[in-house]
Amino acid sequence: MRRVVVTGLGLVTPLGCGVETTWSRLLEGRSGAGTITRFDASGLATTYACEVPFGDGADGSFNPDDWVAPKERRKIDEFIVYGLAAAQQAVEQAGWSDPAEAEKLRTGVMIGSGIGGLNSIAETACLIRDKGPRRVSPFFIPGSLINLISGQVSIRYGFKGPNHAVVTACSTGAHAIGDAARLIRDDDADVMLAGGAEAAISEIGIAGFNACKALSTKYGNAPEAASRPYDCDRDGFVMGEGAGVVVLEEYEHARARGATIYAEVIGYGLSGDAYHITAPSEDGDGAERSMRAALHKAGLEPGAIDYINAHGTSTMADVIELQAVERMLGEAAEKVTMSSTKSMTGHLLGAAGAIEAIFSVLAIRDQVAPPTINLDAPAVETPIDLAPNAKRDREINVALSNSFGFGGTNASVLFGKVA
Amino acid sequence: MSDIADRVKKIVVEHLGVEEDKVGNSASFIDDLGADSLDTVELVMAFEEEFGIEIPDDAAENIQTFGDAVKFIEDAQ
Repeated sequence: MRRVVVTGLGLVTPLGCGVETTWSRLLEGRSGAGTITRFDASGLATTYACEVPFGDGADGSFNPDDWVAPKERRKIDEFIVYGLAAAQQAVEQAGWSDPAEAEKLRTGVMIGSGIGGLNSIAETACLIRDKGPRRVSPFFIPGSLINLISGQVSIRYGFKGPNHAVVTACSTGAHAIGDAARLIRDDDADVMLAGGAEAAISEIGIAGFNACKALSTKYGNAPEAASRPYDCDRDGFVMGEGAGVVVLEEYEHARARGATIYAEVIGYGLSGDAYHITAPSEDGDGAERSMRAALHKAGLEPGAIDYINAHGTSTMADVIELQAVERMLGEAAEKVTMSSTKSMTGHLLGAAGAIEAIFSVLAIRDQVAPPTINLDAPAVETPIDLAPNAKRDREINVALSNSFGFGGTNASVLFGKVA
Repeated sequence: MSDIADRVKKIVVEHLGVEEDKVGNSASFIDDLGADSLDTVELVMAFEEEFGIEIPDDAAENIQTFGDAVKFIEDAQ
């Protein structure tokens, strides 16, 4: 059986641009939330979000010019810009920017998004209404399609292996990493870039999620306190944006070229709820089966898990996941740390599973579990350590990352330390 | 250089990200200035917007160089 390891990481998040910037701020327990600056949100039920901090690139800010030339940027939606930036970081960290031609044929890309060019679609619709259909840019369609991150990345680097994109709402990033790992295991490729990107902090994005009563609305005066998974005062998720991309590589291939190996993808589980378009099944059955499937693939018992990066969106569903985890772990619950990093990054939708997979990998690398901030008054009692408001330095050999999406689509990715 | 040529050149430089001195009369958008077929569609749209004219598709196909564009717009005005 071909083993799959992680050899490169890339992040653009509300906490900053770059893996180490985001990770250090995450361990400090910093919130990426604030009043929305991208557009005038004063007329919406939710006026805050976790925006990527744009700037000149200094102090961890995101300067799009560093990643995509301005004339190219006009042609693509922001979610592709984020995806390209995260992909470039991951490729460079893995030392895979310019492999030999034969290697490029064996290198693929699988970066998805939950909703893709939502804002471009909205703006173009307004343009047609105001100025007529002749004004539509020829770059509107290729700049909005979800699979165009994978397309753009392949063109930039000449990666000619499998070119694919996942669209499973908030499970996108996790499914992309799990499925890409399987493509390597099944010998379709030796190296895969995998992950997700999202840029839905726009009037149409916020209004749409407001309409499904999914977003937090009560913390306009204290946005940094709004994302509070497991806390009794939580009232919905806080939207985030950005991208996460990993380089996955066949183990012997990585060893042979002396690549730094951060962790191994040891298990991956998928399930469907078959229950409701936006709500998870109340018994948490789908979540539990997803986690158990990942463990089964890894040939591990629940007691092997040290850290869980929860889906934990700061909604009523937090408790459903928590109870599913408790059932899955049984007596092992007491030795596990589980945190929701969405308390700091907000919910990056299609990118969430990817950035959280990266946090799980870094938890293994640095033997530390990031905290769940704003967890002041837990809504329920649990034997599981939720790392309230403080990171946990602890042994982490196996980490599980959960992602659950609208439509009842569940994914769990299990990472293991490579000795 | 005419006012029209200046304005056309500015659009070409902005859209294609090329140096101004590369945009000579005979410079082909695709062969010399690195445009692809979608870029040329967008350029024509930008000319329409800037000069308040309509460039039909069959005419647009014949606008292949900077000089072609300037001549078409001068004739249309």
